Amino acid sequence: MASSPSKPELSEFRAEASAWFSENIPAQPDFMMPLTFMEVGTDEQFDFLVSWQRKVYEAGYLGAAWPEEYGGRGLHQAFQDVATDVMRRQSSPIMLNTIGLNWAGPLILDMGTEEERRRYIPGILSAEDIWCQGFSEPENGSDLGNAQTKAVREGDEWVINGTKTWTTHGSYAKYMILLARSIPDTARKYAGLSFFLAPMRIPGVETQPIRKLTGEYGFTETYFTDARIPADSLMGEEGQGWAVAMRTLEYERSARGGQAGGLSIVAPDHSEVVELARRAKRGGRAAIEDPILRDKLVEFMIEAQGIALTNRRASIGPLVQDRPMSIPLSGKLMATEFTRRINEFAITLLGQAGAYAVGEPEAIDGGISQRAYLNAFSATIGGGTSQIQANIVAEHVLGLPKH
Amino acid sequence: MSERHGPLGLSEEQADLLQAASKYCEDKSSVEAVRNLLEDETGHDPATFSEMAELGWLGIAIPESYGGAGLGIAEVVPVVEQMGRRLMAGPFIPTTLAAQLLLVAGTEEQKAAVLPQLAGGAPATLMLAEPDSDLDAPTPQASATRKEGLLSLTGTKCLVVDAHIAQWAIVSVNLDGSPALILLDRQALEACSSRREIVVDETRRAFRLELQGVSVPETALLDPALTPAGLTRVALAGALFSAAEMCGGGQSCIDYTVSYLNSRKQFGRPIGSYQALKHTTVNAHVQLEQARSHLYAAAHTFETGEEGEVAVRMAKAAAGPALAFAADRSIQFHGGYGFTYACDAQLYRRRAIWGEAQFGDAVYQRRKLASLIL
Ligand SMILES: Cc1cc2nc3c(=O)[nH]c(=O)nc-3n(C[C@H](O)[C@H](O)[C@H](O)COP(=O)(O)OP(=O)(O)OC[C@H]3O[C@@H](n4cnc5c(N)ncnc54)[C@H](O)[C@@H]3O)c2cc1C
Ligand SMILES: Cc1cc2nc3c(=O)[nH]c(=O)nc-3n(C[C@H](O)[C@H](O)[C@H](O)COP(=O)(O)OP(=O)(O)OC[C@H]3O[C@@H](n4cnc5c(N)ncnc54)[C@H](O)[C@@H]3O)c2cc1C
Repeated sequence: MASSPSKPELSEFRAEASAWFSENIPAQPDFMMPLTFMEVGTDEQFDFLVSWQRKVYEAGYLGAAWPEEYGGRGLHQAFQDVATDVMRRQSSPIMLNTIGLNWAGPLILDMGTEEERRRYIPGILSAEDIWCQGFSEPENGSDLGNAQTKAVREGDEWVINGTKTWTTHGSYAKYMILLARSIPDTARKYAGLSFFLAPMRIPGVETQPIRKLTGEYGFTETYFTDARIPADSLMGEEGQGWAVAMRTLEYERSARGGQAGGLSIVAPDHSEVVELARRAKRGGRAAIEDPILRDKLVEFMIEAQGIALTNRRASIGPLVQDRPMSIPLSGKLMATEFTRRINEFAITLLGQAGAYAVGEPEAIDGGISQRAYLNAFSATIGGGTSQIQANIVAEHVLGLPKH
Repeated sequence: MSERHGPLGLSEEQADLLQAASKYCEDKSSVEAVRNLLEDETGHDPATFSEMAELGWLGIAIPESYGGAGLGIAEVVPVVEQMGRRLMAGPFIPTTLAAQLLLVAGTEEQKAAVLPQLAGGAPATLMLAEPDSDLDAPTPQASATRKEGLLSLTGTKCLVVDAHIAQWAIVSVNLDGSPALILLDRQALEACSSRREIVVDETRRAFRLELQGVSVPETALLDPALTPAGLTRVALAGALFSAAEMCGGGQSCIDYTVSYLNSRKQFGRPIGSYQALKHTTVNAHVQLEQARSHLYAAAHTFETGEEGEVAVRMAKAAAGPALAFAADRSIQFHGGYGFTYACDAQLYRRRAIWGEAQFGDAVYQRRKLASLIL
């Protein structure tokens, strides 16, 4: 790994990045932008975000800590963290190819072969190759280990049959990280699974867009009907799919570092809720003067700060020594549930205007609160539901029994 | 000492004290030891307290020129947290707070005479609370009048912790219409008529004192110009220590609950496998994790003015409800046993009630925060 940068080096990098982003962040387009990578549902959103990702990558602010031989810059992680922080501060648009950049990419760098790294990493960074994830199935979601999509080896190919669902970017993706059952009837269901880096634009793969609760699109149902993928799509050994999938989820839930960087969601800025409370009215006065709403607001501010501080604490060894895995494993649960609740609160601040929605000219801030609240469930359900996260914290952090 | 930049950090001294205090308090304050002291009139082990003074812990935040270690409040926090974790009794907090008050508002003579004693393990306390009053009362009801170079006191102080053993105390009074602080020695304390109050946290000893008949030389008056600053410092340091104690308590309370959830079986399964218990315990844990992050941030930024005040008030507002919830559910999850005196869950629940009543509860802190951050 690259050596630790000095403070002046980092400051200089920050100054360069800040200048570049303030110059290059595109103006708000005249169509609605997605709040998260899971919400990209129109071609204009897609094209806009692909060209933004490519531009950031070419400027050197994405995958800066990934090895040079695969298209990165080989810099220390601290540089990429600075770049991502600058993007957050300047409200940069999100990175479209999050599944490639932050889940599949680090996984391939970590567990993939030299050949796989050379083949896949550059396209992930440049947004040339969009990636999707084929884990969930209609009958097997939380119980991912029970996935039933079949992979059968025939000569130089695997033949895939089955249905995946909730496939974010399903209709745009060139590749899928796919979990499928190649060995039927194993004693433990997990032992029969294999992990594939599967091409999507081949005969036998079809996607059907699914409309979300907001009315927009963003994910698909994905059908495999005798889809033939090359034998070398298998990642790792046959039957090791569960372990690879679990490692993927560690990247996805940020329980493990090594992601390419960039934003995958429009970071919720909790001070906006305070600002909303200043504008909203109660009895002719600013809502922020209402003593009950004030108390609620302060409660939310304390929690927002508590979450931010807890993330910082994770890197201070003596302050986490009693349960070192606690913060990495509980971060998703804490942050996503908080985002859902604070957006719900924001709607109540709006009073009667809370009844409006996106598209209504009278909707406050274009109906962002209502939309953000409904979309917040993407994170409390996607990537493992909050209930599953609570099981994980209970079992792996507190040491409580499974059944 | 490490640089104090950013909202969260840990000095080397803090890390060392955390390590040392963690081991020391675990050794000295097993639950059996805690329980043995519950009905003891003194309420703590004086030998342990002297030992803590020898370790230098009573002087952590006292300057070297007055016999202390010259560190800060931030370095006291890990000790208090670990004491709280083991429900350890003793006059550590009131003595440390009295020293801070003296340090900020005392006269040079008072500091030179008393601070080295406090650093050396002479217990001290604060006499601030009054019946029918609250934290934001503008002036105390107790009063002092000047007569021939003496200050004659009258009025009632309550919830005075460890008054039975304190060698020194600082009492707040109304003097000529303004709040004033007066240093009392053991002799003056003994001149008060006093009775022990029955308090919910049985690891504590608190007293009600009648000041009538006490008179002290005018040199006992702390510097009037520095009195408001002194009181502010005590309000914030007190809230911070209380938060530290409750965060420590929360950690062991959750450990205690988890251990029962793993061992107790009903319907042929450990009760910890039921999500009604499992997920609720996770919620308690996550809430406590946030409270602890607030605590360490408050310790780290304590000396930074308004930023420090916000951090302390957030820490206190987070810690009380976190321990209260962890302990409340701990009682419930112990079933019939949880309803008994023998189950330790009650010790933590009582500690949380005590802690909330000290230096302002969560609602009080949020009201203060509203004017600071909104
Ligand atoms: C916006 C979005 C994007 C997504 N993108 C992708 C993607 O790109 N690729 C992909 O593979 N998947 C994706 N998913 C799917 C997601 O991973 C699943 O929805 C999730 O894992 C839950 O599975 P499920 O929907 O089958 O719900 P179920 O597993 O059927 O759960 C239903 C309810 O039961 C609860 N439950 C289930 N088991 C337990 C248990 N053991 N204990 C307690 N409660 C339990 C759940 O918490 C939930 O509340 C996405 C989901 C969303 C919402
Ligand atoms: C004040 C008082 C008076 C009492 N008087 C009497 C009396 O006169 N006569 C008498 O016979 N009994 C009496 N009891 C006993 C009382 O009925 C039991 O305490 C109660 O039924 C719980 O059983 P337990 O104590 O064994 O707790 P446990 O059954 O061990 O429960 C421990 C915890 O696990 C939870 N738990 C257990 N099983 C499950 C599950 N399947 N799903 C989710 N959570 C679960 C419980 O809710 C509890 O929080 C009394 C109890 C009290 C507190």
